[in-house]
Amino acid sequence: MMRNLLFLALFTALATPAAAQNSDLDPSAIRRQAPAETVFQGQADEVLTGTVTDDSAWQDLGIAIPAFATDREQPTAANAGGTAALGNELARVVFNDLRNNGLFRPVGPDSLPRPTYAQITAPAWSTWQGRSAEMLVQGYVRAAADGRLTVGCYLYDVALQNELVREGWVVAASEWRRAAHKCADLVYSRLSGESPFFDSRIAYIAETGPKENRIKRLAIMDSDGANHRFITNGQSTALTPRYSPDYSKIAYLSYTDGNPRIYVYDIATGRQTLVTESSNPTFAPRWSPDGRSILYSMAIGGNTDIYLVPATGGNSRRLTDSPGIDVGGSFSPDGRQIVFESDRSGTQQVYVMNTDGTGQRRISFHSGRAGTPEWSPRGDQIAFTYIAGDFNIAVMSPEGRNLRVLTRGWQDEAPTWAPNGRIIQFFRTERNSGETSIWQVDLTGENERRLATPVGASDPAWGPVLP
Amino acid sequence: MKRFVIALTLTSALALGACKKDPPAVIPPAPRDVSTPTPSPAPAPGPQANQPGSQGHFSAAMAGADTIFFDTDGYDIDSEDMAALRRQAEYLTQYTSARATVEGHADERGTRDYNLALGERRANAARNYLVSLGVAESRLRTISHGEERPAANGSNEAAWARNRRAVTVMIN
Repeated sequence: MMRNLLFLALFTALATPAAAQNSDLDPSAIRRQAPAETVFQGQADEVLTGTVTDDSAWQDLGIAIPAFATDREQPTAANAGGTAALGNELARVVFNDLRNNGLFRPVGPDSLPRPTYAQITAPAWSTWQGRSAEMLVQGYVRAAADGRLTVGCYLYDVALQNELVREGWVVAASEWRRAAHKCADLVYSRLSGESPFFDSRIAYIAETGPKENRIKRLAIMDSDGANHRFITNGQSTALTPRYSPDYSKIAYLSYTDGNPRIYVYDIATGRQTLVTESSNPTFAPRWSPDGRSILYSMAIGGNTDIYLVPATGGNSRRLTDSPGIDVGGSFSPDGRQIVFESDRSGTQQVYVMNTDGTGQRRISFHSGRAGTPEWSPRGDQIAFTYIAGDFNIAVMSPEGRNLRVLTRGWQDEAPTWAPNGRIIQFFRTERNSGETSIWQVDLTGENERRLATPVGASDPAWGPVLP
Repeated sequence: MKRFVIALTLTSALALGACKKDPPAVIPPAPRDVSTPTPSPAPAPGPQANQPGSQGHFSAAMAGADTIFFDTDGYDIDSEDMAALRRQAEYLTQYTSARATVEGHADERGTRDYNLALGERRANAARNYLVSLGVAESRLRTISHGEERPAANGSNEAAWARNRRAVTVMIN
């Protein structure tokens, strides 16, 4: 039975048209992504909630995150030091997630005593009450004979001596960081009322070299910058990547055959195919929320318009036909509308249309220009690049109202939303040197911070929460 | 060096003068038989590179006229552009087996996808003008590099003006 399925999978792969192998794909980047198995869940009755506008209520919330305990010290493929040391690292990942997010006031394992395995489910309250920690995160890690890890995560209210929520996951040893991100997501969601986002990945373009000879490589990393991998080797310029919603593929622009073409790179197999056979230049690929279609821009005779094509290949449908530049595009989370940019009015502005191309209407009427619009996963905001002298990240409602400018840079552009619609990532270009880096800012405009990357970074694309 | 000076002069002319579009030019007269190109001060890499129709031969002959420039977000072919394109067309008419790519570029002061589209507009505007001067369409390709290949590195008006360009390059 298994052999038949394998054969079927191979056959399907071979039958895919227009397989485009190229020499700048890095074979060591091929890797499988398995979902984290949830083994238990629990919720206490009391609900603590916060809202986007009510940050101050829990910005001072002290959260103690001591090292996770282990039932038995064992070696594990996850690290060099064994499960006890891994427990320390797990807590550190949780701590860094919550600290870098700018909310709460977490204290990490390096400054705290280590609870025993038994204490994880029965906290030594007096230890924590003396430390002015309102909340306590405790966890454990167990290594199974097959190498997989079970990670448990518990959130406690120290004053009330109450468990608020618990959850556990089984992951492959190599995926231990995901369990920590799941724990951080659990704590974050429970305390803020927001949806999770830490267990997610980012595709982006890594940049090296001088401005006049920039090397641009496709790369991927976890939301905290860990597990970084280059996918292309820089022989040809790669631009504007986008993860498919199920994380199995990346659509991106490459000049590998000398012309701008969009490729769909399969992460598991390391192979890529062209999104369309057309010899016209194509760029700006975007996925539909259900992963079934790809939006892209194509220039015919110098005029750029937006097209929709099935992700598996086939005929493209043209959505715009104005004599202006119509480019980019981002689906609303319900998949019914597309926000895009067009200069048909004379300057770059933001428009909305139905997914069949009807109902095109402009929504940006502010002074200045507007480009690169991205629809929030929550459906309630459009992030975009606001150009009024300098370039900055701004948000507005899908009707174009309530404009708020979130950054004050020289050239900040290309916003991408965290999966919970609460944080916006973008890239910032430094004047003159042209050095680029990825930054994040909260929807309130607070907590602007840089995401550490190995080299220069641009064109970030934040994927959804991993299952 | 001479190319650099010419480019700078073209840029200054653009900055100082209003970019008004002249009425369409008269098709230039048939090229004369004399085929000696303007001697180039740039070092000749070798006999192969200076074959008529090669990039080396072409850029030496053009002495800067292989590049035309645009206003911010613009893709108009102005009178300076027309003069340069006329010289390109003359060359292409003279060396009938030569084929070229017109590259469209944008300055860094724009968003990436829009700049790719703008580069497309510029490359096609230049190509269309060359075709209108009698160069066969099939001999001319276009490619946009958006903002990815700047000619000048600064973050200032002078550098940006030099980057908003369409460059004709011989295909070897």
